[in-house]
Amino acid sequence: MKLVFEREKSRASQILPPCDIPLEEVSAVPAEWERKTPPRLPQLSESEVARHYAALARQVFGVGSGFYPLGSCTMKYNPKLNEQVAALPGFTGVHPLQPEDTVQGCLEVLALAEQYLCEITGMDAMSFQPAAGAHGEYTGLLLIRAYHRARGDLGRTNIIVPDSAHGTNPASASMAGFRVVHVASGPDGCVDLEKLREVCDEHTAGLMLTNPNTLGLFEKDITAIAEVVHEAGGLVYYDGANLNPIMGIIRPGDMGFDVIHLNLHKTFSTPHGGGGPGSGPVGCKKFLAPFLPKPYPVSRDGALTLDGDMPQSVGKVRSFYGNFLVVVKTLAYILRLGAQGIPEAAKHAVLNANYLKQGLAKYYDVAVDSPCMHEFVLNLSRLKKETGVSAMDVAKAMLDYGMHPPTMYFPLIVPEALMFEPTETETKETLDEAVVALSEIYQKAQQDPQSLQEAPHRTAVRRPDEVQAARHPVLRYRWEN
Amino acid sequence: MSGYLPATDVQRDEMLAALGLANLDALYGHIPDSVKRVERLNIADGASELEVRRKMEALAAQNTVFPTIFRGAGAYRHYIPAVVGAVTSREEFVTAYTPYQAEISQGILQSIFEYQTMICELTGMDVSNASVYDGASAAAEAASMCREKKRQTVLISAAAHPDTIQVVTTYTQAAGGKVALVPVRDGVTDLAALESLLDEESACVYIQSPNFFGLIEDWEKAAELAHQKQAKMIAGCNPFALMLYRSPRECGADIAVGEGQPLGIPLSFGGPYLGFMACTEALTRKLPGRIVGQTTDKDGKRCFVLTLQAREQHIRREKASSNICSNEAHCALTASVYMAAMGTEGMTEVARQCRAKAHYAAQKISALPGFKLAYAGEFFHEFVTQCPVPAEELNARLAPKGILGGLPLEGNRILWCCTELNTREEIDLLVSILGEVAK
Repeated sequence: MKLVFEREKSRASQILPPCDIPLEEVSAVPAEWERKTPPRLPQLSESEVARHYAALARQVFGVGSGFYPLGSCTMKYNPKLNEQVAALPGFTGVHPLQPEDTVQGCLEVLALAEQYLCEITGMDAMSFQPAAGAHGEYTGLLLIRAYHRARGDLGRTNIIVPDSAHGTNPASASMAGFRVVHVASGPDGCVDLEKLREVCDEHTAGLMLTNPNTLGLFEKDITAIAEVVHEAGGLVYYDGANLNPIMGIIRPGDMGFDVIHLNLHKTFSTPHGGGGPGSGPVGCKKFLAPFLPKPYPVSRDGALTLDGDMPQSVGKVRSFYGNFLVVVKTLAYILRLGAQGIPEAAKHAVLNANYLKQGLAKYYDVAVDSPCMHEFVLNLSRLKKETGVSAMDVAKAMLDYGMHPPTMYFPLIVPEALMFEPTETETKETLDEAVVALSEIYQKAQQDPQSLQEAPHRTAVRRPDEVQAARHPVLRYRWEN
Repeated sequence: MSGYLPATDVQRDEMLAALGLANLDALYGHIPDSVKRVERLNIADGASELEVRRKMEALAAQNTVFPTIFRGAGAYRHYIPAVVGAVTSREEFVTAYTPYQAEISQGILQSIFEYQTMICELTGMDVSNASVYDGASAAAEAASMCREKKRQTVLISAAAHPDTIQVVTTYTQAAGGKVALVPVRDGVTDLAALESLLDEESACVYIQSPNFFGLIEDWEKAAELAHQKQAKMIAGCNPFALMLYRSPRECGADIAVGEGQPLGIPLSFGGPYLGFMACTEALTRKLPGRIVGQTTDKDGKRCFVLTLQAREQHIRREKASSNICSNEAHCALTASVYMAAMGTEGMTEVARQCRAKAHYAAQKISALPGFKLAYAGEFFHEFVTQCPVPAEELNARLAPKGILGGLPLEGNRILWCCTELNTREEIDLLVSILGEVAK
């Protein structure tokens, strides 16, 4: 495909009327400030622009393109209604610094979403300022830090992170100024209570945990885990990446979590946009609410207002109020599902995962063979040993079946890992087809492993050379002259 | 209400039967009852698509959308060509995940590579990442790139956007660094004060231009001062100002960041927006976030992949350059399509019109009694005037005419903004209303 810069110049369409202020009426940019080399941007007609991006769109795999069982990413269907309501001019046309009496609808969206999400998670307050999951983690950790400091408890320097955690957990802890202490999982894939006790002490600021964990297993000792951390004086942080299978059924707030973040772009059906925007609201129990980012919408005299007078706040983590339109989409989703629909969706996510796991377990080894929640992990070590076919090869072979591969080589505690999360919006038919495809791939691994090692065969490009990309970085287009 | 579940009751029961389970609740049989919720969620019942649509429309209708806006301050209303929305609303672009599977993601990867090139062209820098959350967090991430063991102080101009100052402060202090505000003089960063603040512990200097008051700053002098003390220079940019004014590279900046919202992204009450970040080649491996690189595939075909991932959290975990994972990819796509549709000429025309209209408005407004221009320096499309009455009162007079006036600032001043969308008629109407107030 040609780059947009490689397309021949065409006649640009006139988008703006001529300036109605004659340029001689105003002074020119003083020469000493003037830019010397103008940027080189494309010059294309509207038709060429449309065609260029149509060509790009054909080489993108969206949720509408096929099965998308990416573990820990919750690639559920993104309802079209969400997109329509988020495009209403009454939302998109609002300036973030308008007087509050002219933005009551926006503030109401934030207030309603907060109320519903707090009810679903068992939290008391929530801020929508964080723009993504990792940003929410970071903000939640700042809350934990501010809490200990406000109590004069200055020695709490450590955040405990299980070895099965998402990579963002340790990275966020380190950005928030903490030292990361790892705790190994037990043989059942869950947190080892004894090992946790060993690392909990007067330096413990908190524990970050996702439950269900990245193996798709529910941490059955969760209440005891929270107790151990609390007894040591630490707080318990919930990484909401895996909320989908428990929403409306089990609430983080009831399991002992003090602070959470959610990934609205996972659990609450807002689309991923090729990598973002997401939204990572941070929720907390009442005792942490004074530390939330400011400003925070509150109801006063029958109207909603943004309260910036929060002396204990961790400050701002983003401009304005976060990714507002993503919250609009979330609210539309919650309103559609309602009190019954939310737990119903969770249950179907778990049903689909267990059904797919059972189908695949006939051919592949499951990392931990116990009932899973929304996702499960296959360990392809045996297959690799017997046939030389790796998790990567199987994933790439799936591309030829028109499916998006599962998450590869994660969690790090499972070798040759493939992590499947089908979500509730897939049909039994799709799951059955996936099992058939993966059984064929399994058989091919026995008979003709080389063809899998060379897969994919039908995609537009095949196994890009990542080593070359990193060794000799070409990170932008360069013109020949 | 079954929401978006595709399974019929029969299919559900078939799946349960295959698993040997009696009902859906049995899927949670291994979980202790003590943590399960028995009560129904205290939220409304599910509703049909039409009902939800009506509810959301009612919420949107509670907001005022001003037909005329003279307010910027970090969020700018520009014209968005029709082709932009048509292209970016394609389902594939909207719903795809991060392009980790390069074979089926070339469209996203190439669009990011093109975006990176456009940001490099705008800023004059060598390397751009695939985006971060917004302009303020871009500034904070840039400051983090510069901090080293013995250089922990971030100098930030007090004329930067207040949100940027706050976010940079949050990030820097959390990681154990210090923030020092460089004072403002005559509406611009006081470079003499900057010189005296700079020392061996200074990591970087952040200066936004046009600054919060709309004025052009002397990045070049600031960069010289920073470099004398081996500190880095971070330039905070407005993408349209970059079409007319000297680029960060021309001024010797090490990192250029900014808010990309003006590039085809609607106001949307503050988000989603787009943080752009670009730097010199020397700083490439400190740049946070995703980066797309060019390579070849097995058959020798040119293609694109996410690269230099050894900087990132999923590989380096607590040693990563940042924790960022999700970014603002779809906003970056929007900005690219916008720039492709406008081209260099169209972008320059937008910038010229913004400036012409703002300068025209400034002339007319400042000629009114009590509305003196606060600063004499060169400005792009925003400017500050005094206000003879409380600014809120003034804006209340404008609102019934469908006009969102400038942003009230301390000391009875107003920060005005014009873009290409403000017609001469609108500006003249504004001036005539202000004239009545001034009487």
